[in-house]
Amino acid sequence: MNSITLNADLAAVSRLVVEGAMLVYTFAFLSFALHLSQLASTKKSVRAGASRLERVGIALLILAATIHGVGMTLRGISASRVPWANMYEFSITGSFIVVFIFLLALAIKDIRLIATFVTGFTLLVLGVADTVFYVEVKSLMPALQSYWLVIHVLVAVLATAFFNIAAALSIAYLFKTANWVKVSKAKAVATFRRVLALFPKEETLERLAYRFNIIGFILWTFTLIAGAIWAERAWHRYWGWDTKEVWTFIIWTIYAGYLHANATRGWSGKRSAWLGIIGFLAIIFNFTIVNLYFKGLHVYSGL
Amino acid sequence: MSSSQQSRFDPSEEIISPAIGLKGWMRWIWRQLTSMRTALILLLLLAAAAVPGSVFPQRSADPNGVTAYFKNNPALAPVLDAIQLFDVYTSVWFSAIYILLFISLIGCVVPRTGAHARALRLPPVETPRNLKRMPAYLAVELTAAKSKDELLGKAQQLLKKQGYRTLLAGDASTGSVSAERGYLRETGNLVFHLSLIGVLIAVGVGGGLSYSGQRVLVEGESFVNNLAGYDSFSPGTFFKEEQLVPYAVRLDKFEVDFYRDETLKNRSNSGTPTDFRAFVSTTLGSTGEQGEAKIRVNEPLEMPNGNIYLTGNGYAPSITIRDAKGQVVYSGATPYLPQDANYTSLGVIKVTDVPKQFGIIAFFYPTVGELESGALTSLYPDPAIPMISMNVYEGDLGINDGEPKNVFALDVKNMTQVAGGKSGVKGLRLQLGETVKLPKDLGTVTFDGLKRFASLDVSHNPGGIWVLFFALLSLAGVTTSLLVPRRRVWVRRTENGFEVAALARGDDPILEKVVADLASELAPNKRGAKKVAKPAASPKQKVADE
Repeated sequence: MNSITLNADLAAVSRLVVEGAMLVYTFAFLSFALHLSQLASTKKSVRAGASRLERVGIALLILAATIHGVGMTLRGISASRVPWANMYEFSITGSFIVVFIFLLALAIKDIRLIATFVTGFTLLVLGVADTVFYVEVKSLMPALQSYWLVIHVLVAVLATAFFNIAAALSIAYLFKTANWVKVSKAKAVATFRRVLALFPKEETLERLAYRFNIIGFILWTFTLIAGAIWAERAWHRYWGWDTKEVWTFIIWTIYAGYLHANATRGWSGKRSAWLGIIGFLAIIFNFTIVNLYFKGLHVYSGL
Repeated sequence: MSSSQQSRFDPSEEIISPAIGLKGWMRWIWRQLTSMRTALILLLLLAAAAVPGSVFPQRSADPNGVTAYFKNNPALAPVLDAIQLFDVYTSVWFSAIYILLFISLIGCVVPRTGAHARALRLPPVETPRNLKRMPAYLAVELTAAKSKDELLGKAQQLLKKQGYRTLLAGDASTGSVSAERGYLRETGNLVFHLSLIGVLIAVGVGGGLSYSGQRVLVEGESFVNNLAGYDSFSPGTFFKEEQLVPYAVRLDKFEVDFYRDETLKNRSNSGTPTDFRAFVSTTLGSTGEQGEAKIRVNEPLEMPNGNIYLTGNGYAPSITIRDAKGQVVYSGATPYLPQDANYTSLGVIKVTDVPKQFGIIAFFYPTVGELESGALTSLYPDPAIPMISMNVYEGDLGINDGEPKNVFALDVKNMTQVAGGKSGVKGLRLQLGETVKLPKDLGTVTFDGLKRFASLDVSHNPGGIWVLFFALLSLAGVTTSLLVPRRRVWVRRTENGFEVAALARGDDPILEKVVADLASELAPNKRGAKKVAKPAASPKQKVADE
């Protein structure tokens, strides 16, 4: 009863397409980075030409995301299922959603300046996925054969994407408020300071990070609940302190702390920004170290 | 003891001041405990305290891991155990943190619930004297006299339509409208926190009433749902045996699908399981009603007071052992535990009904292959070339002293190996249907058939549905509390026009837009209206939520 058909040839095509997207992301990243360096220039003529470079970067980013989306879809078709059942697939889908949400957010809010970070991060994730996490297209193990794979994992990816963008904003905020950046007389820092001056105001960065984080938190809460419902079906208990459950809980608690920090005198601002970044680091840790080295029931890395 | 402390117990001294001191101290401690800062620190502590549970094996999730840890780190393990690092989530320190957190939560939320209930009945606050200090502010000059008189009435109407509570104060020429919306934000916040208490209670009570029992069934075997019917059973604190509804379950057949890759393009996926199916028949004790069902990994079978889950499977080779005279001394299919993805499986046979007891440690290979070292292994999980290899041990099986023994392990401490290993006699190898002689005239062993087994888990947690209910309620609460903006809006008549101002309680992305929209709606006649914006908004509205 092998009703599942795997198409290894199509999977190979998908990989090539994703690698093609990486190439375009690289050019987009270079455009954004060059754009920032031009903006920081002391020469007015150089600064004037910068905005064209940014437009090129955005166009390249949209192109890369489109190719990326095609590659991701082909991967799903080659496996006859959703393309997020192992670490490689989770990485390519997750990074696509980060870029997609970032592009959507661009239409609403001017956060173009973190494009360098978002593109660079996506490139990094894709690079690791392609070289370290890559696995042949595989059939789903019985425990994963559930519609909860679609809901639980997709919402987790979405939450991660929101937390990711929030973390980028928090990093920008921390640099902007950092004392050493403000006072240093080193030439490199002075250039950096000019770049930072182009970013939105401190309060705007902080507030935007907060908004991305609250959406992430709501989605993460849902992920946790959906995971428990699925665990009740698949593992005969809704919660059992499996390592992945533990880390989902830890991440939830850190972001709950972040929300409280935002309403506590003396904790909003830098400290809460740090909490947001720690929360995101916990997500990265959960996805990499916990997946690969910790013993538990979520053994889905495929590696 | 200092004099001030003595005075507390001395009626001749002034008694009132120290008494207030004590009360004051209690109040101070309570205030500290229920403050947002304490909640924040406790949350971060809880996150940190949960980490070791993912690093060290936990008795609840991975008891074998704990046993292995003790074996591999005999010096360190007892130390870690003493500080409960193998039971992190039931440990004194982890419990202390979350209990304090919940006390803090209750202490914070209960008074806030009262305050919110009162606020819901009160009209909006009066318009502050100086609206210019508000984070969003616009002043509009009006020329047409007619619109001036209707202005406040119109403002009130507009705000009401947008879901604000409004209060009109003063007359048409000097009065003001005060409006507030987003009471749902605080309602959601309170529902979220109260639901978490619900989750905690449902987890605790449900856990106490819950139970789970494990049973391994070979095809053709059945079990009865009572305590004796289980291989292992974990009851909650309040479990009573009456909770087990009498019924019998028989495993008729067990089917497995493994992925076969005919094209050989994707070898790494070959042999991956794609489906497990346990076909069972059930008989209810009360009515004798019979039924048939299929249990799959994500599809448990619902039975009264508990579901039956499929948690594992493997092979159960049928073996018959005859003594030297040809008498059958052992016969049956024994479950072998799978050791790898290709179902190389380990089983133990204990032969007790003989004058001299002996035991067998057997490996089963569904599709046998030989490694370069000469050791056998399984190449594929389906039984294409099934083979069993056996090591035989003679001596005391240790089952006569009444102690329960693990059926999957053979304690060879007091036994002598007579076949395999360094015994000098080659280990036995049997293909399906073969009979070979046992060493030392122990008789013969026959591999007569091959069955599969299923590990079933019967679990019941009556609290689960309540945990879900409160969890979903908390999700609804937190979503509401984070996304519904709460703000106050004021419109005041001025000498030559009006002013609009707004204050957000909590994050509010559209505060300035609200003010601008309201101002333009109130002064649609742009010719006579001149807007005067106020300098930049004051920082951090979020803090106002505290």
